[in-house]
Amino acid sequence: MTVAIDRATGKRRGDRAPRPGLGQRLRNSYQKHWYAYAMITPVVVVLGILVLYPLAYGLYLTLTDANSLNTARTIGANEIEATYKFIGLDNYADILWGETSYDRFWSHFIWTIVWTAACVALHYTIGLGLALLLNQKLRGRTLYRLILVLPWAVPTFVTVFGWRFMLADGGIINAALESLHLPTPLWLEDTFWQRFAAIMVNTWCGVPFMMVSLLGGLQSIDASLYEAAEMDGASAWQRFRYVTLPGLRTVSSTVVLLGIIWTFNQFAVIFLLFGNTAPDAQILVTWAYYLGFGQQPRDFAQSAAYGILLLGILIVFTSFYRRWLNRNEQQLAI
Amino acid sequence: MSTTTAQTSAAVTEPESPAKPPRRTRRRGETGFAGSLASHGMLTVASLIALFPVLWLVFLSLGPDKDDYLHPERIWSKMTFDNYAFVLQHTNFFDWLKSSLIVSLGTTVIGVLIAATTGYAVSRMRFPGYRKFMWVLLVTQMFPIAVLIVPMYQILSDLGLIDTYLGLIIVYCSTAVPYCAWLLKGYFDTIPFEIDEAGRVDGLTPFGTFARLILPLAKPGLAVAAFYSFITAFGEVAFATTFLLDDEKYTLAVGLQSFVSEHDAQRNLMAATAVLIAIPVSLFFYLVQKNLVTGLTAGGTKG
Repeated sequence: MTVAIDRATGKRRGDRAPRPGLGQRLRNSYQKHWYAYAMITPVVVVLGILVLYPLAYGLYLTLTDANSLNTARTIGANEIEATYKFIGLDNYADILWGETSYDRFWSHFIWTIVWTAACVALHYTIGLGLALLLNQKLRGRTLYRLILVLPWAVPTFVTVFGWRFMLADGGIINAALESLHLPTPLWLEDTFWQRFAAIMVNTWCGVPFMMVSLLGGLQSIDASLYEAAEMDGASAWQRFRYVTLPGLRTVSSTVVLLGIIWTFNQFAVIFLLFGNTAPDAQILVTWAYYLGFGQQPRDFAQSAAYGILLLGILIVFTSFYRRWLNRNEQQLAI
Repeated sequence: MSTTTAQTSAAVTEPESPAKPPRRTRRRGETGFAGSLASHGMLTVASLIALFPVLWLVFLSLGPDKDDYLHPERIWSKMTFDNYAFVLQHTNFFDWLKSSLIVSLGTTVIGVLIAATTGYAVSRMRFPGYRKFMWVLLVTQMFPIAVLIVPMYQILSDLGLIDTYLGLIIVYCSTAVPYCAWLLKGYFDTIPFEIDEAGRVDGLTPFGTFARLILPLAKPGLAVAAFYSFITAFGEVAFATTFLLDDEKYTLAVGLQSFVSEHDAQRNLMAATAVLIAIPVSLFFYLVQKNLVTGLTAGGTKG
């Protein structure tokens, strides 16, 4: 029986037999691939039921004016029928260029971009710096590594509360700043400092993952490359620039993409740090959540429309990112 | 050449750079005194930053009053474990723990079981539609919670599954299943293809090869996938906050928030609960951490 086990590298492109007829090809294809299809069936079914159906349903909701007052619900023993109606693309138009669209969408959009760029840049540079330090022959580096992984080991929802205690007005951070005669910002109340605090906390949470991944990448770089570079008289900076960075390329492009997606979608940090108290520090994800579940009446249609827009932004971004990687002959490790 | 520049260049740019370039008596991999001092200095600072918020939480949890976090110096004189005793005896802590475990373990088991064969298929077989399927798996990784939360809420409330463990498990599976498939694909890729070929030569079907040869070899990969889905489900906040209504069914992530309501903030109890959650989870994390990154970036670090 023919079985389709192929090397991932796909080396067999050259040897192509003459094309048989359509029916024959379908039969061959079935015989050759039915194992593959049988094996992916469970996931396809689960994705269909748990992802595609809700997604389609959500897409439908964005074309209506559904909110918590007109959807089907049960109050006591009374069943109330849904009364929302179809309104076409009005939600999207309203979000993107309706009245006050700047305050509701674009300001959050800009802040989300700034947030993502700042967080990922900080994650990557600090993570790379620490990975380089840990990659040396250094006494106690295992201990350092264990300590530095800690922010990743403790669940985010736990540490964010720790940060809230520290950032509160009168908390340890402001007490320390005061004793140094520095200004003591209202971290959890003033918009600028809220944003600053959010980036700080998220950086603290996200660096360990980058550090550990990049450390893995560094350790896989062939040591003889460094020796050769040294023989050729390359300076420390040149070795970093021409050996280390290219060696990290695959890992880097992967963790940066993951980092961007995760940070863009980061819910827990901002939600737990501020709750509903900071409308201007909400990124698009938490803002969409606020529209759908944080206010009364709950605006299901707009919230779902934000969700679809967010997904669209991410898909477009990822497609370009992959194309850009391909053009530079790089690959994604995932 | 001033010492400061030597230190920074040694510390920031390259691990094995000697502090003074001209003399090459040192062997590779050894760092000069100044360089290693700078490295230790920076690593110590970074370690303190990593440790401090957690240690601070532990410290605050020992203060008996709910406003002690504003006057930490007073805690020294009245340190006590009363908060822990209270949390364990008089709150729903164990109910929350039970919910968290049920939901996370349920998600993990279903996620890994369903994803395993798929991970194998996409690692070994090139079937028509392969690229599209991988793209779908990738796209589901980037679903913001905002995309599914509204429709999921509607669907689950139609089915009467709001405020049930099953409802939450179903929701978590929507991310855990594709995630596990990705992770497992990465791990299966690192298992030599020769093993499959040997199995085929010996007359095993692909299912047989998978079940008898590959699965036993892939135990570490399965463990990583299980661990990741467990941790993700355990730490999830948005869906749990929205879909659980009864405070006996809260997961720990939701229960912890419930200490701070609009009227009352029992920060001392919250700190104690946070520590109670953090200790076992981080211990568990350290047990498996070696395998974590190999699992995630398996394809990448291979080169």
